[in-house]
Amino acid sequence: MKAFKKVNGLVLPIDRSNVDTDAIIPKQYLKSISRTGFGPNLFDDWRYLDPGEPGMDHSKRRINPDFVINQERYQNAEVVLARDNFGCGSSREHAVWAMVDYGIRVVIAPSFADIFFNNTFKNGLLSIILDADVIDRLFDEVEANPGYKLEIDLEAKTITTPSGDVIAFEIDDFRRNNLLKGLDDIDLTLHNNADAIKAYEAKRKQEAPWLF
Amino acid sequence: MAKTLYDKLWDAHLVQQNDDGTALIYIDRHLVHEVTSPQAFEGMRMAKRQPWRRESILAVPDHNVPTTDRSGPIADPVSRLQVQTLDDNCDTFGITEFKMNDLRQGVVHIIGPEQGATLPGMTVVCGDSHTSTHGAFGSLAFGVGTSDVEHVLATQCLVLKKSRSMLVSVDGAVGPGVTAKDIVLAIIGKIGTAGGTGYVIEFAGEAIRALSMEGRMTVCNMAIEAGARAGFIAADEKTIEYVQGRPFSPRGEKLEKAIVYWQTLHSDQGATFDHEVHIEAASIKPQVTWGTSPEMVVQVDSKVPNPDDEADEVKADGMRKALQYMGLKAGTPIKDIKLDKVFIGSCTNGRIEDFRAAAKVVAGKKIASNIKLAMVVPGSGLVKQQAEQEGLDKIFTSAGFEWREPGCSMCLAMNADRLAPGERCASTSNRNFEGRQGQGGRTHLVSPAMAAAAAIAGHFVDIREI
Ligand code: SF4
Repeated sequence: MKAFKKVNGLVLPIDRSNVDTDAIIPKQYLKSISRTGFGPNLFDDWRYLDPGEPGMDHSKRRINPDFVINQERYQNAEVVLARDNFGCGSSREHAVWAMVDYGIRVVIAPSFADIFFNNTFKNGLLSIILDADVIDRLFDEVEANPGYKLEIDLEAKTITTPSGDVIAFEIDDFRRNNLLKGLDDIDLTLHNNADAIKAYEAKRKQEAPWLF
Repeated sequence: MAKTLYDKLWDAHLVQQNDDGTALIYIDRHLVHEVTSPQAFEGMRMAKRQPWRRESILAVPDHNVPTTDRSGPIADPVSRLQVQTLDDNCDTFGITEFKMNDLRQGVVHIIGPEQGATLPGMTVVCGDSHTSTHGAFGSLAFGVGTSDVEHVLATQCLVLKKSRSMLVSVDGAVGPGVTAKDIVLAIIGKIGTAGGTGYVIEFAGEAIRALSMEGRMTVCNMAIEAGARAGFIAADEKTIEYVQGRPFSPRGEKLEKAIVYWQTLHSDQGATFDHEVHIEAASIKPQVTWGTSPEMVVQVDSKVPNPDDEADEVKADGMRKALQYMGLKAGTPIKDIKLDKVFIGSCTNGRIEDFRAAAKVVAGKKIASNIKLAMVVPGSGLVKQQAEQEGLDKIFTSAGFEWREPGCSMCLAMNADRLAPGERCASTSNRNFEGRQGQGGRTHLVSPAMAAAAAIAGHFVDIREI
């Protein structure tokens, strides 16, 4: 996994709550057996006016000029600013892969759906939870200032706005450490815990033999 | 100290507690399907790893399979490749799989319990959010992403943080015509789709106890729609009776030992929860969703709500967007909403009991002329067989329904079963998100009996009035 230290990225505001995983990446693209290539289909239903299917040349489709992702001022965004319960719905990690593939490094919202939140960290995407009133303020600032960027420093656990305001955020140490070092979870578990897992299984076979 | 059921399940599977607050939790059962597993198997192959415990895994293709004739290969090449990839991965890694033409094939959350692969007290995971279904057995079951699918394949464990616990108690008895689906929709309507975020939910109370195992699965299935990590119900005599004699369930001495343990799978007297919600069962009426999130739900005898009455601006805006997408006007009586299609099936309501309830409504009648398609999709090949033995298929087909092969079908429309833009559907599935049943399609979530009645009338009707 790619390590994450600092990002100074353009902010894309997605101003609605309960953005679900079907909206982030519609199901027809879930038929892929790869982890990459989902970027052109991020927010597909909102982004294009015509229906999309896998294998199409998406650059030839009719884009929806009203949807923020298509607007000139938000091109090459790396930070998504979102509302409550972002990523609700299915467990599809494709939603995270689509964001990563598009170039998003950070998502900031007042709350996230559990599975989505968890999936982001496995893919080097940093999810940050901030108070709703701070989020409100950021939405206003993004709206008012074309080219609005946020600097996110994972080491320091801070977000710095263009005017120099510093917003501190929380993240648990385990996730922060893995992101900073770009560690692979499976390697970690096998390296640190293989003996403990075997010991657990041996004990469990005695206590609950019907499970084996 | 008095423990909740969650505490008991957690403690029994704790391999190691880490200083940073995370814990390594052992997984007893790993269910796998074709959509969220290819990249995990690919990762295993690239790292030259083998599954830690292949006997814990049961795989089945369900999301992409056609529900029509299966004698030939899958017509859509992309779907075919994905199903073929699952077959190949299971063959290479030595994993038990019920392939598309196996009688036991079906929706992954239907076949786990049906096979006895889901047992009380287990930890169950699957790369699918509706894994919460298996919590109906007093087990800790939850959906995970593909990276975690790979983590479980490789280590049999997950690194987790303990969630907070919520008790949702449905007190008293429900009235006639009110089903498990109405109970869970009413719960989501009350706590909201984010109400359970950060929590696991234990469903309890007289109305939950009174449900069959099928009904309990319907309730736990939708715990994720309330945002909860998992939902579960204490094991009791019904649970223990249900799991016995199934292909994967224990026998003889092991069974006896298991039963003694299963009887402890409930929250102790005096155990405390981080949050409690109480609902009067008698206040729940048949439910119909009107919007694009399961929390946008009302009773069948009421009207489409008005965003102007909502004080919270972000919420009101969401309601307006939903009404526009759904092509509905505030104030319209729910019973006046006309439908184009009806779908009865999915892991929420694709079990035998659901088809019996729907068939009872349909028997001897015909679907309304404005219904372009009414389809019944069994949750598994075995459910289909059972229904056919009971003659339910004939009841449906004589009424004008299509009787299909098992799979996810129009619950998420990854196969050919889908709504055209603007089409309106009464569906027994679990999600009414924009485009869920086909781009531009409009979904109303209801119980099987309500869906059946809507197919006959051509619009929603109150099941209690027929
Ligand atoms: S039936 Fe629907 S909800 Fe259930 S597993 Fe299939 S797609 Fe998911």
